[in-house]
Amino acid sequence: MAKSKGTFVNVLVGARDWVDARFPLMKIWNEHLAKYYAPKNFNFWYFFGAFALLVLGIQVVTGIWLTMNYKPSAEEAFASVEYIMRDVEWGWLIRYMHSTGASAFFIVIYLHMFRALLYGSYKKPRELLWLSGMALYLLLMGEAFFGYLLPWGQMSYWGAQVIISLFGALPIIGEDLSLWIRGDFVVSDVTLNRFFALHVIAFPLLILGLVGFHILALHEVGSNNPDGIDIKKNKNADGIPVDGIPFHPYYTVKDLMGAVVFLIFFFAVVFFTPEMKIPGTQGLFLESANFIQANPLQTPEHIAPVWYFTPFYAILRAVPSQLGGVIAMGLAVNLFLLLPWLDRSPVRSFRYRGRNYRIALALFVISFIVLGWLGLQVVTPVYTWMSRFFTVIYFLFFLLMPFYTALDKDKTVPDRVTN
Amino acid sequence: MNFFELFVKLVLVISVIPSYEVFATSNSKLMHMEVDLSNQQSLQRGAKVFVNYCQSCHSANYMRYNRIGEDLDIAEDILKENLIFSEDKVGDVMSISMKKKDSANFFGVTPPDLSVIARSRGPDWLYTYLHTFYIDESRPFGVNNLTYKDTAMPHVLWELQGFQQLVNTGKRGAVYYKPTYKNSLELITPGLQSEKEYDATLRDLVNYLVYMGEPIKLKRKKIGFWVIFYLSILFVITYMLKRDYWRDIH
Repeated sequence: MAKSKGTFVNVLVGARDWVDARFPLMKIWNEHLAKYYAPKNFNFWYFFGAFALLVLGIQVVTGIWLTMNYKPSAEEAFASVEYIMRDVEWGWLIRYMHSTGASAFFIVIYLHMFRALLYGSYKKPRELLWLSGMALYLLLMGEAFFGYLLPWGQMSYWGAQVIISLFGALPIIGEDLSLWIRGDFVVSDVTLNRFFALHVIAFPLLILGLVGFHILALHEVGSNNPDGIDIKKNKNADGIPVDGIPFHPYYTVKDLMGAVVFLIFFFAVVFFTPEMKIPGTQGLFLESANFIQANPLQTPEHIAPVWYFTPFYAILRAVPSQLGGVIAMGLAVNLFLLLPWLDRSPVRSFRYRGRNYRIALALFVISFIVLGWLGLQVVTPVYTWMSRFFTVIYFLFFLLMPFYTALDKDKTVPDRVTN
Repeated sequence: MNFFELFVKLVLVISVIPSYEVFATSNSKLMHMEVDLSNQQSLQRGAKVFVNYCQSCHSANYMRYNRIGEDLDIAEDILKENLIFSEDKVGDVMSISMKKKDSANFFGVTPPDLSVIARSRGPDWLYTYLHTFYIDESRPFGVNNLTYKDTAMPHVLWELQGFQQLVNTGKRGAVYYKPTYKNSLELITPGLQSEKEYDATLRDLVNYLVYMGEPIKLKRKKIGFWVIFYLSILFVITYMLKRDYWRDIH
């Protein structure tokens, strides 16, 4: 028995060596997993990178299967989604996983970004890592926007109509630009077809490529950690960081456990409340108005984007002029790109930062959440003034950062990671 | 219609948005009903009401007859006898023969397909809507609706409910009260059913519409329970695996 098992393992090892002689299999394995040393003090916030990869996988696989039955035409799109929901074997599960996956992706990414703000993961030498992550975030927003048109419901249609018309506010090129994006004077079959192409192939390719870049950049500079200290500065005789542990098996088993917890939450939504119908909403993940087929001649009474865009939508509506709103919205999304250079503090982790940054970050998170809530509401004068107030706070977080971080009374950072 | 025409119409529609109310409703809260998808008999009765009263004008083009049979435990011959009145086969979708153009002429608008109506309107809206038809001679079919003002739909269920009349809203005698959907209407011509029976009929119908909006809803949560159960066991195993590997770290 033992002997035959040994033979089987020998065959596997033989196969591995055969490949390894022709392809850097073990080199990649070691560089990125078995001998990639990650700080041993990762906490809860360090799960979200792995979760993002998991959700990406879910979206790609369910997306492929949806494409097998979806019809990207204005005549058939809405019906084909219902066909998937009813007549395709397990189609409803594939569709709900994909729609829940879209929202889950943004939850995971927002928490992943928040982790970077907590522990200063964007700071030198991780600027490129941060920039590639931000580019991924922008691509994800595009991917979600294109995908949202595909079910061809009322909210799909009018959401796209509103967002594309925003480009029309830009001076000189605006009108032509929005026409170029739509391919038509209004959102139509032409728009649906190109959005389908962008959603199922162009953007996924870009995202996958950039994810590769993001991981390579991470493994080049090494992971940050909750203490924000550089573990590579403290190595043993073998050149291994004393506070580092190999990613595999330590973090593979830990992330595996985390992934199961994530999936419990994920499938709880998929099976029990796929629309995420929280009282006072029309469904955060699947809006009820989107169960009415798109009708170019009937505007819904209330058009709101999906929840993950609402902070920026609230900023857009807070600014009185349309052009100003579009610029403010663009800035709100893109200011994150400048973080590595706006932050003047020598300390990474908020654990060892002074009061200024902690207060600023708390205010920023509050304003982001409140703006997100405001973006879902029907406009009233009170809400508009609230949006303006929190928009100002949102921008001050970035614009004043060079000052309050430079003036902050930071604490001494320890030499070794703490537990 | 060319695109320019469409564009002009669109601009016109958008320009009147502020005065344009798609769902004209009064301020009072919708009447509430508990949806009970576990009540198979209610769903079966609701299906019967649907094919008898709704499906003359409304299609359910995403729903197949035999799916109802399968889900609600109705044998094929009973299905054919009780639910299929056209030449349709059991595997067909619940379409109607009325042409869209004709129905638009009859009613002013084409009656919407009802396959997913419960998902867009919600059960409470449908339940309230079907409760709140009242006599209004100024309307083409002699009835109006409190939930959906100036609805194009006639009171199809009148023979069951009878006819209601709008009573003075906000004030009865010397007493002021908050008008609600319920206290604003009064039954003046009784129908075949008592008020209680009619209410039960509507609950059956709305139950059925919710089911039809998402047939898998009957089983989804049961499957979900097992998925979560399996993942919970997997969590224990992966947690133990993690703990075992991490024993030497700290």
